[in-house]
Amino acid sequence: MSEPSAPGGTDLHARQIVKFRMQDRFFHYTTQLFALVVLVALVGILVSLAIDAWPSLKAFGPSFLWTNVWSVPDGEFGALAAIYGTVVTSVLALVIAVPISFGIALFLTETCPLWLRRPLGTAVELLAGIPSIVYGIWGLFVFAPIFAEYVQPPLQDWLGDVPLIGSWFSGPPIGIGILAASLVLSMMVVPFIASVMRDVFETVPHVLKESAYGLGCTTWEVMRNIVLPYTRVGVIGGIMLGLGRALGETMAVTFVIGNANRIIPSLFAPGTSIASTLANEFGEADPGLHIASLFALGLVLFVITFIVLAISRWLISRSMGSEGL
Amino acid sequence: MMMSIYTRRVWANRVGMAMSMVAMSLGLIGLMWILWTLFSKGFAALSPDLFIQDTPAPGSEGGGLRNAIVGSGLILLFSMLIATPVGIFAGIYLAEYGRISRFASFTRFMTDIMLSAPSIVIGLFIYAIFVARTGGFSGWAGSLALALIAIPVVVRTTENMLKLVPTSLREAAFAVGAPRWQVSLKVTLRAVKSGVVTGVLLAMARITGETAPLLFTALNNQFFSANMSEPMGNLPVVIYQFALSPYDNWVSLAWGGALLIALLVLAVNIGVRVAFRQKGKR
Amino acid sequence: MPDQAPTNSKQAALLVRNLNFYYGDFKGLKNINMDIARNKVTAFIGPSGCGKSTLLRTFNRMYDLYPGQRAEGEIMFNGKNLLDRKQDVNLVRAKIGMVFQKPTPFPMTIYENIAFGVRLYERLSKSAMDDRVEWALKKAALWEEVKSKLQQSGLSLSGGQQQRLCIARAVAVKPEVVLLDEPTSALDPISTAKIEELIYELKNEYTIAIVTHNMQQAARISDFTAFMYLGELIEMGDTDQLFLKPRNKQTEDYITGRFG
Repeated sequence: MSEPSAPGGTDLHARQIVKFRMQDRFFHYTTQLFALVVLVALVGILVSLAIDAWPSLKAFGPSFLWTNVWSVPDGEFGALAAIYGTVVTSVLALVIAVPISFGIALFLTETCPLWLRRPLGTAVELLAGIPSIVYGIWGLFVFAPIFAEYVQPPLQDWLGDVPLIGSWFSGPPIGIGILAASLVLSMMVVPFIASVMRDVFETVPHVLKESAYGLGCTTWEVMRNIVLPYTRVGVIGGIMLGLGRALGETMAVTFVIGNANRIIPSLFAPGTSIASTLANEFGEADPGLHIASLFALGLVLFVITFIVLAISRWLISRSMGSEGL
Repeated sequence: MMMSIYTRRVWANRVGMAMSMVAMSLGLIGLMWILWTLFSKGFAALSPDLFIQDTPAPGSEGGGLRNAIVGSGLILLFSMLIATPVGIFAGIYLAEYGRISRFASFTRFMTDIMLSAPSIVIGLFIYAIFVARTGGFSGWAGSLALALIAIPVVVRTTENMLKLVPTSLREAAFAVGAPRWQVSLKVTLRAVKSGVVTGVLLAMARITGETAPLLFTALNNQFFSANMSEPMGNLPVVIYQFALSPYDNWVSLAWGGALLIALLVLAVNIGVRVAFRQKGKR
Repeated sequence: MPDQAPTNSKQAALLVRNLNFYYGDFKGLKNINMDIARNKVTAFIGPSGCGKSTLLRTFNRMYDLYPGQRAEGEIMFNGKNLLDRKQDVNLVRAKIGMVFQKPTPFPMTIYENIAFGVRLYERLSKSAMDDRVEWALKKAALWEEVKSKLQQSGLSLSGGQQQRLCIARAVAVKPEVVLLDEPTSALDPISTAKIEELIYELKNEYTIAIVTHNMQQAARISDFTAFMYLGELIEMGDTDQLFLKPRNKQTEDYITGRFG
């Protein structure tokens, strides 16, 4: 170890080695700096929204969250109506989207003939790629009129007189409203949930499925008793991912929800969501409490989606292996 | 008895499979329906005027989308110019150092969350830190907001692509005595060049139709402008405003704009897949 | 007690002393002592998982890339301990080249594949670089096959050609030692024969250490052979002697195929 270094080679390279070491350190810090951008943005969003929402948070306190009033002339603001609309449309959208997504994922992984797998998978991914504003105008101009004419009246006739849930279907059948927004939203989130489900279904070892088939199980039984329990965590993660998407979706909802900043306990009635309130009012908001309350709404939305998405990513990465998606 | 259990199982299976096919067809019908509407209404609005005239004033006839097309193009161009290097370098960081550093795994997790964060909140953020401070809506603000949405997409695809590089190739590059940065940039990144380009294209497709973040950043501009420091016309916001307007020619322009955006997004998505499949076959 | 190779330290390129290697808590190499003779071919044989590849990868500190893997002991090379933390790994790797199991051409032209490594440590003129590329390709017996298509991608070559390109790449930086980790296991018999011939040629100028799962190959091309089992060096010696008159029972069982 303490012997003098052999002549030739070693010293010739010494300067180059020092240079490399510095370059590598530079490379490490530069790439790390770029990676920091995402983190800084995330923290920045939280901090800047909180700062700009501060006047409103100070004026209304935590009751901002459960006050059902949104009056620009009176300077009274509460988030309840927007939170109600956001949560109800998202949850309804999931209720519709989850079974359909499951069916699609099941079809793509089990039943679909091999040659069709790719084109159909691509079709689902294309559906995910269509910009949400396209869903929005389609919902407004095409879906809502048809919904008002052919779906809402029969629903009303059928369920309108049923006690308890009858009032959910009361009100004029005008197409746009909470239910229409939920339906358009569900179309938007189906591809996201379906592709996560397909990916986690494909992580099930073939041996496991084959041994169940070997016992004489049908495809449906293999799915229910083997694949679903095995991928439970990832499936829930996929559903949460869809929920995160639905909560924050702006354009598809804004066009069809009706934009009424109050709570009417009917699914046919117009309502609003956090994102659509922001889209509608932020551009022309008065400085002061109004704009601060809008920032507060944004903060609420960001915190809710952050929690939902964090849980979702954690579940998905747990089920897909430690490397994450 | 045994027979009846068996029959019931077979029927349960048939019902399950039939439901899955129904679900698949519902998905396909949705896709077809939207595309059909887009094409029939959008093509009706397609005319040379769409590309050579600017958005019309309220109540006036005709008009086109020239200012919005150019504006969208500029905003997209600059947001990708920001997002591409940031995303690629951050992706390299996660791939190179992600295995050993807790900070990197944390960053990866946060990037995944940013992938699906509500885009309207990103618009609010840029409004708060940029628009409100620089004194007005501008094309730059729009580019920044869209770049923030595109970055996580580029980061994750770059990282995933780099992870596909066989360890033996990386080791071989280290084995000739190359420093880490050269292994990374000259060997592994080059080996997955097409995959990274794909990621960049998909990120662009993702932000092409984003409307919400532009509402409070680039805003809109009825007139032609190539000045990034002023409010700038752009397709998504024009579609949003015109679709909700009472004028027939505006609504028609909205459909034309929606078709343009959807065509671009679909072309990128399909093109990328076809190119990749051909590569896979070789 | 493991046998020592019949060389003294003047003739040895690498002197391994009390080498232990850990994958996390698992001990992959147990107290290895051996000398790798200069300008000779030393072959490492043994069942899979015996540590022969691990040992090879300590010679150029490839394990450094992976957290949790560490080596203790000494590997003396030109009077310095390779395992010393202060020893720069890039420098080690420039002096000790490596060729892998599967061909690993870089995603560049054939010419660039070779020039890449050279450029790291030497600044050559265009014509000097051309000469070096030609020299390396000739050393690897590939020149005649590729001289007209140096600007094509390295990936366009056949598997055997790719592997010779990798050998040329390793040789081009003028290392002292070349490590070969099962270099022919992914190749057909004809390509294998060519590479074996090449290894025979190269030992005049380089010290070669080769891991192989093929005992006939070890017998054909090496001067010394080391038999490893469960992370230990069981026997090392002159190849002919080891194959004809193994001193250890385990070695005998292995080379005669009676291994459990």
